[in-house]
Amino acid sequence: MTTPDIISVGYLIAAVLFILGLKGLGRPRTAPRGNLMGASGMLLAVLVTMLDQAIISYLALAVALVIGSIVGALLAVKVKMTSMPELVALFNGFGGGASVLVAIASFIEAVELGRADNQLAIAAAATALIGAVTFTGSVIAFFKLQESLKWSGFTGLPLVRVVVLIVSLVLVVMVAVEPGTRAWLWALVAAGLVLGVISTVAIGGADMPVVIALLNAFSGVAASTTGFVLDNPLLIIAGSLVGASGLILTQIMCKAMNRSIFEVIFSETPAAAAGGRDDSDVYGDRVTSTSAEEVAMLLEVADRVVIVPGYGLAVAQAQHAVRDLMTSLEASGKEVMFGIHPVAGRMPGHMNVLLAEAEIGYEHLLDMDQINPTFSETDVTIVIGANDVVNPAARNDPSSPIAGMPILDVDESRTVVVIKRSLSPGFAGIANPLFAADNALMLFGDGKQAVIDIAAALVTV
Amino acid sequence: MTLLIALTLFVLAVFLGLELITKVPAMLHTPLMSGSNAVSGITLIGALVSAGSDHTMLTTTLGFVAVTLATINVVGGFLVTNRMLTMFAGRKKRRP
Repeated sequence: MTTPDIISVGYLIAAVLFILGLKGLGRPRTAPRGNLMGASGMLLAVLVTMLDQAIISYLALAVALVIGSIVGALLAVKVKMTSMPELVALFNGFGGGASVLVAIASFIEAVELGRADNQLAIAAAATALIGAVTFTGSVIAFFKLQESLKWSGFTGLPLVRVVVLIVSLVLVVMVAVEPGTRAWLWALVAAGLVLGVISTVAIGGADMPVVIALLNAFSGVAASTTGFVLDNPLLIIAGSLVGASGLILTQIMCKAMNRSIFEVIFSETPAAAAGGRDDSDVYGDRVTSTSAEEVAMLLEVADRVVIVPGYGLAVAQAQHAVRDLMTSLEASGKEVMFGIHPVAGRMPGHMNVLLAEAEIGYEHLLDMDQINPTFSETDVTIVIGANDVVNPAARNDPSSPIAGMPILDVDESRTVVVIKRSLSPGFAGIANPLFAADNALMLFGDGKQAVIDIAAALVTV
Repeated sequence: MTLLIALTLFVLAVFLGLELITKVPAMLHTPLMSGSNAVSGITLIGALVSAGSDHTMLTTTLGFVAVTLATINVVGGFLVTNRMLTMFAGRKKRRP
């Protein structure tokens, strides 16, 4: 077998390992093995690539591989589970960024060797654009998730977005028509970087799961188009698989928010559209505030308790306190369940990861379709740091901006306790009639402290 | 590889991906995302060739940075996915 044959067979085995790996990641029992298969496929692909005769200097490669491995491993081991969305965003960005650089380098080399045809130029242009958008989009998402970036653009940004998108597409055509002129490619990369920034900077917190899933799909597509540049079937296959899985997650997230992907990317945020409004007509003097002691007394006589976590739980780092509360409630014979909305948190599956970190068994975690029919038999529902996903206006008020969005029907339980800092609106920027409902009690304060107080009061009841 | 064969691979792989991933339970959404994200770091093998072929200073430098970024993506992605999945599994064992 010649060396190129060995490389090709190695790539084929790697592709099979990626397929089996992704399949394994879809089921709880097989997921660890699936991840291992993916990693083995990657290792095999890297090893056989080293046989490539085009590679003549190994020192630089070794240095880059070692630096990358150390940084990657440190990030993976050190990250707190609450910061998982940021890390996933960052890794996405690095993958997209790497694809852009590879496409540029290969394109330049091909032009200098006189091998650049239109096919290669179009593939390089597509990679430059998609990869650049993925890179800056992910970096902006990272800073937004860290809450170190507050700027959310200006009015008219959607229009600018459309203009930059059109300019980018024109530049793609220019690269394809005049592959010999490098300036077009650089201009395209610049346009892509700008497009990534202005596409994500205005995106509000609750749209984050959609954006993270979409960027995940983009990083796959960028790898796939890089495969067209390099004529490499493994890149095409692996990239497309990731693109497809990212697309499915994006679709699930969009459905759970009742927003189309087009709305998320191209429209103003609903909060901005709603503007500052007076919520007194919704709340009036009907909001009842409560204390930890009173909640403890309600829990004391309850048989079934449901906890609905939202992003506020992650912010307050309240997962361990919630676990302790659950343990003491269960010790006195009560049934405790968690109701998890698909877009609760800042990335797909965010709440599951957080609650798993606190060692809450996943038989306690019910998704929306499982938990909704059970609220009418629930004595106390505790909502921690969630707002729009429990807003009954989505169900009752056809004129509401979130009308039709699937929600958790917490208002059907006997009593709803909402732990929240204030009556401030959620991401959708609208008032929540739940807070003024007869069976709802507001416990104002920090999520973690409130849960600790309830657990403490429970002991003394 | 002709363009047509490349396109065929692309389209078939997208359909395969869609078939593989449908009906993934919510608890696996994050691990699936970070695991598949690590797979998208496959661009690393392209980066290795760019960085190692010593064509010009510019392409070697671009390749070097690309290898570093892609390796962070790959190593970090698989490790963090493994960490999350171990967390899920460890919890099951502790169940009485």
